[in-house]
Amino acid sequence: MKKLSASLLLCALLVGLLAGCGGGKAQSTGSAGTLTLNVYNWGEYISDGSEDSYDTVAEFEIWYQETYGRKVNVNYDTYASNEDMYAKLSAGAVSYDVVIPSDYMIARMADEDMLLELNFDNIPNYANIDDDFKGLFYDPEDKYSVPYAYGIVGVIWNAAEVDEADATGWDLMWNEKYSGRILQFNNPRDAFGTAMYKLGLDVNSADKADWDKAYEELMAQRPLRYGLVMDEIYNMMESGEAAIGAYYAGDYFTMLDAQADGVDLRFYYPEPTNYYVDAMCIPSCCQNQELAEIFINFMLSRDAAVANAEYTYYASPNRIVYTDEEYLDDLGEETIEILYPEMEDFAAQYNETAYRNLPQEMLDYLNTLWENVKIN
Amino acid sequence: MKTASRIYTVLLFLFLFAPIAILLVFSFNEAKSLSVFTGFSLKWYRELFHDEATLQSVRNTLLLAVSAMVISTVMGTAAAVGIERLRVKWLRYTLNTATDIPMTNPDIITGISLMLMFVFVGRLFGLANSLSFWTLLIAHVTFCLPYVILQVLPRLRQMDPSLPEAAEDLGCTPLRAFFKVTIPEIMPGILTGAVMAFTMSLDDFVISYFTSGAGFQTLPIRIYNMTKKTVTPKMYALATIIFFVILALLLISNLTDQGEKKKD
Amino acid sequence: MTRSRTLHNVILAPYSLWALLFILVPLAFVAYYAFTDNAFAFTTDNIARFFTATSVVDGAEVRTYLLIFWRSLKLAVISTVLCLLLGYPLAYIMARASDRSQKIMMILIMIPMWMNFLIRTYAWMTILQDTGILNGFLTSLGLGRVHIIGTESAVVIGMVYDYLPYMVLPIYSIMAKMDLKLLEAARDLGCNSFGVLRRVIFPLSLPGVLSGITMVLIPSVSTFYISQKLGNGKFFLIGDAIEGQYVANNLHFAAAMAFILMVILLAVMALMKHFTNRQVYGGDDT
Repeated sequence: MKKLSASLLLCALLVGLLAGCGGGKAQSTGSAGTLTLNVYNWGEYISDGSEDSYDTVAEFEIWYQETYGRKVNVNYDTYASNEDMYAKLSAGAVSYDVVIPSDYMIARMADEDMLLELNFDNIPNYANIDDDFKGLFYDPEDKYSVPYAYGIVGVIWNAAEVDEADATGWDLMWNEKYSGRILQFNNPRDAFGTAMYKLGLDVNSADKADWDKAYEELMAQRPLRYGLVMDEIYNMMESGEAAIGAYYAGDYFTMLDAQADGVDLRFYYPEPTNYYVDAMCIPSCCQNQELAEIFINFMLSRDAAVANAEYTYYASPNRIVYTDEEYLDDLGEETIEILYPEMEDFAAQYNETAYRNLPQEMLDYLNTLWENVKIN
Repeated sequence: MKTASRIYTVLLFLFLFAPIAILLVFSFNEAKSLSVFTGFSLKWYRELFHDEATLQSVRNTLLLAVSAMVISTVMGTAAAVGIERLRVKWLRYTLNTATDIPMTNPDIITGISLMLMFVFVGRLFGLANSLSFWTLLIAHVTFCLPYVILQVLPRLRQMDPSLPEAAEDLGCTPLRAFFKVTIPEIMPGILTGAVMAFTMSLDDFVISYFTSGAGFQTLPIRIYNMTKKTVTPKMYALATIIFFVILALLLISNLTDQGEKKKD
Repeated sequence: MTRSRTLHNVILAPYSLWALLFILVPLAFVAYYAFTDNAFAFTTDNIARFFTATSVVDGAEVRTYLLIFWRSLKLAVISTVLCLLLGYPLAYIMARASDRSQKIMMILIMIPMWMNFLIRTYAWMTILQDTGILNGFLTSLGLGRVHIIGTESAVVIGMVYDYLPYMVLPIYSIMAKMDLKLLEAARDLGCNSFGVLRRVIFPLSLPGVLSGITMVLIPSVSTFYISQKLGNGKFFLIGDAIEGQYVANNLHFAAAMAFILMVILLAVMALMKHFTNRQVYGGDDT
C-alpha cells in the first residue's frame, strides 16, 4: 500500500518534471529580443489550426519573424464572457495587449478609460472594414476598436418536430403547442432581450415598467421551457433533445454540421432581433501598443480574416472576406444568405436593436428580476 | 455475505466508470457531437496533437499540480504534527479553524479574495502584472494544505504517543525520533494527502481562473472557456489519453510492488 | 517535551505564517468587502439584504436568498447522506479485502478523480439526457423513457458521482489502520458482527467519517457548474447566486453572501467536531 502510493508519486513527479521543461515556454520572456504579446479572446473564436485549418496565432509568429526579423511569442488566453474579462481587467490583475469584447462592453470600457486610442497608421488594413461598421454607437469616432465579427440572434428549430407554419417571429418560443421543448438563454440580457423584442419594447429601456412586462413574459414561458442554456444548446439541438431555441447565427451552422439522423435544423431571424459586433481593442494596461496594432492589422489580412470567418462561422465585417471567391464557395449559397442577410441600412438596424451598457441602477434591477426568473 | 459485497462493489464501480466509458467511446466519434455517435474515427487524437495551446495547458497543469503537491505535503505534514502537539489552546483553535477555512469557502470566494489581495500587493509594488504563475501556485498550495492536514491528523491521533517518546528515551534526538518513528507511522496519511493534493490541484478551475496571469492557462480553465462555444470530442480524446496514462502508471507501480513482495 | 519546543516551533512556523497571509488575510478582505458599500464606507446593508430580500415564487412571497440557501443545503445534504450510505460499506469492504484487492480498488476509486470535472459532467449529460444513453438502453428493452436530466435527481447524481471518492478515501484510510485486536476483543466479549460494527468500528471510524462529510458537504453546497449543466439551468443555488452577483459587478453583495455562507459552514463544522470528539475520546479535545 505504501509502496504503491510512493511509486505512484514518483511517477507523477517524473512526469511533472518533464512537463516543467516544456512549461518553461510560457514563463520566460525568452532570449534577448523575443517579444511577448498577450491576447485575450473568446473561447473557440479564432482559427486555431484544428481540423486542418489555418493556425492564425502560429502564422502571425512566423510572419512577424520574417517581416521584422524578431521573434514574438503570443500568449493566447480565452474567456467565457464579457463580464469575466471585464472583471479581470478592471481589477488590474493582468495586462493584455489585445482584447475582443462585445459592443456594449467596449462602450463601458471606453467610458471608464480602460481602452487606448488606436494609431491607425499601424493598421492600414482597416480600410477593408465595411463602412457599415464605422461610427456605431459604442465607438462613434472609431477611436478604440476594429470590428472582428458580427452576428444576429435567430431562432433555431427542428423541422422534424415543429410545423413550418409556426416558425415565425418570437411567438414560436412561446408556443404552447411545443410545451417542454423550448430553450431560453441562460443570461439576463439575452433572455430579457427575446421577451422585449417579442413585446416590441426597447431592450435598453430606462423604464422599470418595461422590464417588468418582459419579466411577466418570461414567467409565462416557464412551463414551456425545457431549460435555460448557453453552450448546452449545441448538444440539445443536435440530438433532438429540445426542438426550439434562440442562439447566434454562426452557431446554427456548427449545429447543422453535427445534427443527428432524424433531426432537421432550420433557422430564421425574427423581427426585431439583436445585432451585435465584437471588435478588437487595446486595453490601457497594454505593454506594447505598436505590436498589438500590428497583430490587429494581421488579423485583418486576407488569409487570417478568411480563415477565422470560416472556422467560427460568424459573419465578417471585412470586405476581403465576403468578397472572397473561395470563402463564398466553401460556405455555400444558403449559408451566405443567412449569415449576410440583405440589409438596407445596417447601421440603423444595429443602433436600434443592439444592447447598450445600462446604468448601474438598471443593471441591478435587471439582475434582481433575473434572479426571480431563476428561482421559480 | 461475500457475494453481496462483491455485487455491491461491482455495481458501485460500474457507476463510477460509466461516464468514463462514455468518454472513451465518444473520443472516437466521427462527428463533432458529444451525444450523437456517427462512426469511428481517430481524427480527434490527430487534432489533439496539433493543438499546441491545449498541450501547453496540460504541461502547465502538471507542473502546477506537482509543485503544489510537494510544497503542501511538506508544509501540511509539519503543520499537522505541530498542531497535534500544541498545548496552547487559543493557537490550536485558531490554526484548526484556519485549516478549515479554505475548505468551507466556496471556490469562487477563495479565488476572488486571493485575487483582491494579490492585486492590492501588486499595486503597492507598482507591478503591471499582479497575477502570475507564482500567485497561482500560492493559491493552489493554500487549498491543498487542508487536504494534507486532514489526512495526517487522524493518523497522528491514532498513533501511540509513547512510540516517539520511547525512541527519545532510547537516545534519539527529537528530530531523529520524528523521522524514524512518527513519519513511518503516519506515512499512509501523508501519501494519501499528497495524492489528494495533486488531484485537487489538477482539477481546479474556479480558483485558478481568478489567480492566474496572462500566458499560463491550465487545462480546466481552457476547457471552461471553450464551453462558451462547444466542447469537442478532442477534449474527450485528451481525457481518454490521461486515463490510459494513469492506468499504465498504476499498473507499473503495481507490478513493481508485486516484484518486491516476492523477494520478501 | 521541553527539549523539543524549539523543534516544535520550527515545525509550526511556516504553516502559521502561511495561514496568516493566505488564509486569514484574504478572509479579512472578504469581510471588508462584505461590510462596505461601493464607496467603501461601512454598511450592514449587504448582509441585511441576504436576509431580507424577497421574491415571488409560485405566487407566494419568499425570502430570496434564504430560499436559495435552503435549496442548496437540501441538495447538498441529500448528496452527502447518499455518499455516506454508499461509501461507508465500500470503505468497509475495501478495508477487509486482501492487500492486492485493496490496491486495485484504491486505484479504481481514484481514477475518476483524475478525469477532468467539466468533462465528467458533460459525459453524465450524455447518459442522462432524454435522448441519451440510458434512455436508449431502456427503450431498446421496451421500457418507457425516464426524464432525469433537468431534475433534482440529475443534480444529485452528478454531485454524488463527483464526491463519492472523497467520502470513501478518508473512511477507508482510518479503517485500514484499525487495530484488529480491538475487534477480536469485542468478539471475545460476545459481540456478533453487527455489534462489533456498531460498538467498535463505527465509533473509531468517526474521524474519517467527519473528514468525508466535510469533503463532500462543503463543495456540494457551493457548486454551480453541476446544477447548470445537469439541471438544465433550472436550479439556482447559492454558488450560482454568488457567481451571478460577481458577474454583475456587485462584488460587495457577493462578498456578503460568501461571508454568511462561510460563517454558517464553519459553525456547522465546529459543532460536528465537538460532537464527534466527545464520542470518541470521551473528553474535550479541540
